[in-house]
Amino acid sequence: MFENLSHVALQQYWWILVSILAALFVFLMFVQGGQTLIFQIGKTEDEKTMLLNTLGRKWEFTFTTLVTFGGAFFASFPLFYSTSFGGAYWVWMAILIAFVIQAVSYEYRRKPANFLGQKTFEIFLVINGVLGTLLVGTAVGTFFNGAEFSLNQLNQVDWQTPFRGLEAVLTFHNVALGLSVLFLSRVLGNLYFIFTIDNKTIVNRARKTLLRCSIVFLLFFLYFLVALLLKQGYAVDPDTGKVFMEPYKYLHNVLQMPLNTIILLLGVVGVLWGIISTVFMKSNKGFWFAGVGTVLTVFALFLLAGFNNTAFYPSNFDLQSSLTIQNASSSKFTLVAMGYVSLLIPFVLAYITYFWRAMNKKKISDEEMKTESHVY
Amino acid sequence: MNEIGIASEALVNWSRAQFALTAMYHWLFVPLTLGITFILAFMETIYVKTGNEEWKRITKFWMTLFGINFAIGVATGIILEFEFGTNWSNYSWFVGDIFGAPLAIEGILAFFLESTFIAIMFFGWNKVGKKTHLVATWLTAIGANLSALWILVANGWMQKPVGMIFNPETARNEMNNFWDVLFSPMAIDKWLHATSSGFVLAAIFVIGVSAWYLLKKREVVLARKSMLVAAIFGLLSSVYVVWTGDNSARTVANDQPMKFAALEGLYNGSEGAGLIAVGMFSTSENDPSNENLKDMTIKLEIPNILSYMAFLDWDAFVPGVNDIVRGNEKYGIMSASEKIERGKVAINKLGAFKTAKKNGDSRLTEELKAELTSADFQNNYFRYFGYGYFKDVQEMVPNVPLTFYSFHTMVGLGFAFILGFILVFWFTLKGTIGKKKWLLWLSIIAIPLAYIASQAGWIVAEVGRQPWVVQDMMPTMAAVTRISSGSVQVTFWLFAVLFTVLMIAEIKIMIRQIKIGPHH
Repeated sequence: MFENLSHVALQQYWWILVSILAALFVFLMFVQGGQTLIFQIGKTEDEKTMLLNTLGRKWEFTFTTLVTFGGAFFASFPLFYSTSFGGAYWVWMAILIAFVIQAVSYEYRRKPANFLGQKTFEIFLVINGVLGTLLVGTAVGTFFNGAEFSLNQLNQVDWQTPFRGLEAVLTFHNVALGLSVLFLSRVLGNLYFIFTIDNKTIVNRARKTLLRCSIVFLLFFLYFLVALLLKQGYAVDPDTGKVFMEPYKYLHNVLQMPLNTIILLLGVVGVLWGIISTVFMKSNKGFWFAGVGTVLTVFALFLLAGFNNTAFYPSNFDLQSSLTIQNASSSKFTLVAMGYVSLLIPFVLAYITYFWRAMNKKKISDEEMKTESHVY
Repeated sequence: MNEIGIASEALVNWSRAQFALTAMYHWLFVPLTLGITFILAFMETIYVKTGNEEWKRITKFWMTLFGINFAIGVATGIILEFEFGTNWSNYSWFVGDIFGAPLAIEGILAFFLESTFIAIMFFGWNKVGKKTHLVATWLTAIGANLSALWILVANGWMQKPVGMIFNPETARNEMNNFWDVLFSPMAIDKWLHATSSGFVLAAIFVIGVSAWYLLKKREVVLARKSMLVAAIFGLLSSVYVVWTGDNSARTVANDQPMKFAALEGLYNGSEGAGLIAVGMFSTSENDPSNENLKDMTIKLEIPNILSYMAFLDWDAFVPGVNDIVRGNEKYGIMSASEKIERGKVAINKLGAFKTAKKNGDSRLTEELKAELTSADFQNNYFRYFGYGYFKDVQEMVPNVPLTFYSFHTMVGLGFAFILGFILVFWFTLKGTIGKKKWLLWLSIIAIPLAYIASQAGWIVAEVGRQPWVVQDMMPTMAAVTRISSGSVQVTFWLFAVLFTVLMIAEIKIMIRQIKIGPHH
């Protein structure tokens, strides 16, 4: 079946899949957002333990999604993998280190003789929560604002600044997206606590911090979105493959891709409803609305970045080195082979959902923390 | 760094050092995960079958130790995947069309399986049924070992590139047969050998820890039961390791003759070549032009075995390092200098094609493209593409002493472990293991030795294949990211400190948990 698709259709199919993975990853970063709140919401040791155990049972999903996102990007758009990871070296290294320190912290935090002490591992989790989200968001910001690289005849990347990608923080629009992701993850973290923890004190505190985080998130995200629609973008001539600057490119994308715009709007409404229903109507199911909303919003943003003849990883230094889903992709053969592999994704999502529900049937409580044999 | 991408020696060395550091740290934790998950599955199966709560307690105890090890394995693993991009970006593009697919499949098929069911394994005792929990434990073991499959398929492809064709338009290799990549004998041997070596290491770990309990006269029932399961698993696995290792030797002899010569310290090839059972190098150089070739002062050789091992023929010719470097007309081996010349022709032709394309000369572009993709050019020139990057034939030789010692350490320890498993199995069965203090002490000492053997195996595989990152196609020096070596030095030391600190934490926690023992 995939053999009958054109190379362009396959490239678009894979961009959609990569966008879904990115969207799921941003949603799953509620774990990171929750980690940034452990000292704010968890005032006693028992409270902190409950917070970390409800997050700790999900951290591997976020981690695995990040790894799979990397693998899928490598398989489908290897030129992005080599250009961005090799070029923006310091940004990716910082992100990776932030995730390395997370992986051990849950398991080692309360184990006797853990060498660094409980507090250190908890601080590791906060660092992962703040830096992981902020840097990932800022790095994705370069999809819309460009980066400083060039490619030679053999497609080898040369980065044009010694900061190797860290210069992205000098563009406020990138940072605004980074801060949006940070505060969105905190919003989702609060909602997850309210959804899964059976403890009034924690739930009340989470509702309060939720409101504050939501306001900050909305401020940064609205700025990001409005500025995006007003800025010039990196357009591609479909006939020649030449990249050029087009005023209001992303606004044009919004207007020319109405279905995607509906998805974007539904996503934003979902996030808002998740917040509003929790803060003002005392619902505890807001996590799902905001979660689905996050997935839709991020998915639509990725399509804005790569579809409708847009360069998804533009170069400001050499416009013609910019990456598009056409020039950065794998061969048709590989995309077809990987297309068949992608048919397994619904099956994977189904078993994850099934067992997620089985494990989340009962809320986390103080009592469970005292009787459960494996506690973080 | 010049236009075709030859990096400075410092950059190549630091990039290699960083990858070696992260890979070796990762491989400190992975083998235990690969094996102990199966041991947990066996133990829990006995629990579910017999309903004996003691087996549940035993399973939970080893599960705690597994959890401590697993966390740091995950932490060190993420770096490796992204390092292909961050530090080997030229490689990532050159082979990304083939190499990326296994990494993506690894994530979709294996990592999610592992991460979903590991959560049920740890937290699901009171949340899902007994049988569902058992299935989750088995799926965790299968998921862990499937993860290894895909990354080893990728590694196997680097050692023996198959199932692809070079596309001059994109200046990269592109996949044209997925099944050739997946079922490459090199990849399958690698997977079976590496995973089963993990089973052996895990069995030794379980036996060693149990031996400590027996010496302390604590947890005697747990220790004996665990030892029996681990000894059977270890014995079967170690026999399997020998079998897969033997297969690997033949694939290496055929596809990577230089590595084969290096791991046996064979400088000059011969018919009926002997296997050096024990050997020691001096500091003097066998060939003044190559520091990788040291004289061998002590050598215990068993005649004809090497020929048989490599080609299943007692009298077959096994080429040595010098035959491969200088060529050997009698046995049809092309010299390295000839390969370098042919590689340069391929590189220059590709450059001419790119220039013609850039200049818009469509006639010349088409002509050159036809020539580049012709079977004759592919077989006689393009297959030596990677050689075109070299200036000196001596650069073709890996570090022979390091490869030799690593190989012999791995093999020697591997056979010693088989003997150890037999003894532990026999005395556990007789019920006298608690009285054999010498064997209990040896079992404890075997734990670090198992890690040494395991690391040595990867040194053979990766040092032995130098100077190639993709055999015959891409030298290591052409694969690195164009970045200052200072940046790589900084990240090298960052990782070195971070991983060492985390490893100290892991070992301390592990030892403390063993001292605390299982919950009653």
